[in-house]
Amino acid sequence: MGDMPQPTEAMTDARHDMEICNACRYCEGFCAVFPAMQLHRAFTDGDLNYLANLCHGCQGCFYACQYAPPHPWGINVPQAFAALRVESYAEHAWPRPMARLFTRNGTVVSLLTALAVALVLLIAGALQSPDVMLRAHTGPGAFFAVISYRAMVWTAGAVFMFALLAMAMSTASFWRASGGGAPSAAALARALHDAMTLRNLGGGGDGCNYPGEGFSHLRRWLHHAMAYGFLLCFASTSVATIYHHALGLVAPYDLLSVPVLLGTIGGILMLIGTIGLLWLKILADPAPAARAVLGGEYAMLILLAAVAKTGLLLLVFRATPAMGWLLAVHLGFVLALFLAAPYSKFIHGLFRTAALIRSHVERRGSAA
Amino acid sequence: MADLTRPYDVLVIGGGNAALCAAVTAREAGASVLLLESAPKAFRGGNSRHTRNFRGMHQAPTKVLTGSYLEDEYWDDLHRVTGGITDEPLARMTIRVSAEMTPWMEACGVRFQPALSGTLSLSRTNAFFLGGGKALLNAYYATAERLGVDILYDAEVTNLLLDDGFVRAAEFNHRGFPARATARCVVAAAGGFQANLDWMRQYWGDAVDNFVIRGTPYAKGRVLKTLLDQGVAPVGDPTQFHAVALDARSPQFDGGISTRLDSVPFSVVLNREGKRFYDEGEDVWPKRYAIWGRLIAQQPGQIAYSICDAKAFSLFMPSVYPAMKADTLGELAHKLGIDAGQVEQVVADYNRAVQPGRFDSTGLDACRTEGLDPPKTHWARRIDEPPFYGYPLRPGITFTYLGVKVNENARVLMADGKPSANLFASGEIMAGNILGRGYLAGFGMTIGTVFGRIAGREAARTARN
Repeated sequence: MGDMPQPTEAMTDARHDMEICNACRYCEGFCAVFPAMQLHRAFTDGDLNYLANLCHGCQGCFYACQYAPPHPWGINVPQAFAALRVESYAEHAWPRPMARLFTRNGTVVSLLTALAVALVLLIAGALQSPDVMLRAHTGPGAFFAVISYRAMVWTAGAVFMFALLAMAMSTASFWRASGGGAPSAAALARALHDAMTLRNLGGGGDGCNYPGEGFSHLRRWLHHAMAYGFLLCFASTSVATIYHHALGLVAPYDLLSVPVLLGTIGGILMLIGTIGLLWLKILADPAPAARAVLGGEYAMLILLAAVAKTGLLLLVFRATPAMGWLLAVHLGFVLALFLAAPYSKFIHGLFRTAALIRSHVERRGSAA
Repeated sequence: MADLTRPYDVLVIGGGNAALCAAVTAREAGASVLLLESAPKAFRGGNSRHTRNFRGMHQAPTKVLTGSYLEDEYWDDLHRVTGGITDEPLARMTIRVSAEMTPWMEACGVRFQPALSGTLSLSRTNAFFLGGGKALLNAYYATAERLGVDILYDAEVTNLLLDDGFVRAAEFNHRGFPARATARCVVAAAGGFQANLDWMRQYWGDAVDNFVIRGTPYAKGRVLKTLLDQGVAPVGDPTQFHAVALDARSPQFDGGISTRLDSVPFSVVLNREGKRFYDEGEDVWPKRYAIWGRLIAQQPGQIAYSICDAKAFSLFMPSVYPAMKADTLGELAHKLGIDAGQVEQVVADYNRAVQPGRFDSTGLDACRTEGLDPPKTHWARRIDEPPFYGYPLRPGITFTYLGVKVNENARVLMADGKPSANLFASGEIMAGNILGRGYLAGFGMTIGTVFGRIAGREAARTARN
């Protein structure tokens, strides 16, 4: 072995905080983090990465803390954990060299988005005559007149499969590092319930301390709108795929068809959720926030909002000459989202769920 | 915004639990209220910031308390810890009123942990604040602001102008500038004097330099002093304080709860000269932790060292500072800065005196020493399994007992026994009326809440008549 790697600043901060928290324990009623912390006397890097990902950033412990800055101990658990979470995404990134994408992640996601949109526009523009791009198309196959079905499916399929693989590999690596093992069905079910309801943003019933010291459920509801909106959009695409291949029905579909309804409701929810969360983030008290990770968080929210917004615009203007380049722009944003997913804030849902599973496993004492 | 040109109905001096309960209650009763907190906003709340629970009488299980805890049992507990240094009518009144408090606290936004969670041994008698005392204070401050209580931070009252028991005005420093406030009635809720080391030095000499003050550095006792200097009746022994054993590496102020060490019952404790001085296993720790501050305060240099081995290390709460750790007792003694030969000798003598018995960390077990002075009467096991662990301990002062005398309406009494016309007191500044010695977990918050409510109500009533 060569030199032992120095712990990062985020890791050092998180360990400092957890060692003091573990001698205090006043916050045990807030969320899953503190009961999980109490099962330890000392904290390995793996323990801290796990606890950081278990933290939902509700900020309840920050405002309740007798040792929060300007106290010389400067305990700031939400801030320390937010910084450490991003390091844990990098540490478990797959393939390994992609880890560096998590530094200056806001810039990375923004550049990637710009490139993806430009690329789709350029390719569409290069392959199609201006006449095709700027003419109104209607009836079955209208979209594919602009971008060929093959190009769309092969690109989307390849990028999507790669994103899935990369996220699965990352999450599996994180799971192994936090202790590994096979969780019981009960632990899985409880964790899934917690993840889907965001129970840990409930703060004991009154919501979380976000965007400031007062209690509010707003962040939880906006996140639900965004996440479930995204899932509805995903369902819309899945149904459309089945329509196309199994039923031979070719897009665009009726306004009252299942894919369009799912996509419309999902898109509107996503737009409400992302814009609401962006608005809260702008208002938010900077004290418990980790500045270094804000860029990546803003970039992902804006990208999701752009996907939703261009999708909805495409629906509204699909019978007009604007459809051609709107489709290209929308697909550019979707491409960017899936390219960025394993290397951005997007991954937090999987790490968070894995951490919740671990916490239920440990609480039951059903795994080592 | 505070308007110092007009007289308020009620002036509340202090910014902790007792002050907030008085301010909110007086404002609810329709009084105009000004609250002066000596700390800046970030450190508002006095010692309440470091508290965690409220001891409440109850006839039947409630949302936040299990079982029942009736007046007589509560009184017996109080009588035992104070050794009778209390005022029975005031104490029983406090106990009875405590039964009505939690719904009002919840209406002010205070949130409790559900019963049956948290520190189980106390869930019957004590309601735990979700997030602790600072969360409780945040709720009270938010309520006070919403109701229109005017609050000034960084406003240390230096003098009350008393005229035959009638308060004419309060002089204070606001962000370093002298200021003056007038009010029809005043509630003094400014705490004890434990953070005033010069005052403490009068009784304890230079030993105070080795004391750790667990709570707020703003408890200077200036309001208490100005009142006692102007003929208010004192209560409580000025030389006495509540103290626990703390990690000697703690900051001098404001280390709060987490610097405590629970290692004593599973250790031997030596003083600077390497001698044991008290039975470490006398009783379960919740019943004994409060005597160890005093015991250490009486040792040379006000320092002691808790030493245990690997099999004991996981039996107590993790410490805020890492334990000193070594593979031999001699090396550990060296790290702790005490004589290695002496430590090895004392531990060897102790190990020889340990009797066989079944060890039980959760109750009074049969593991004791024989022929050792002082004995260790429970949890005595040989210290022989490396690595060895040690902690330096110092006395950590929680609060002082000296206060002002009050009646059942929280009205301050003058030395001649006459009640003041317009001065009331609540919280630590008058707790010595009821808790003259010892301590009951969560009882300081009970006194502060009950007397805060009474003082606020009576002050508002007096001001508006």
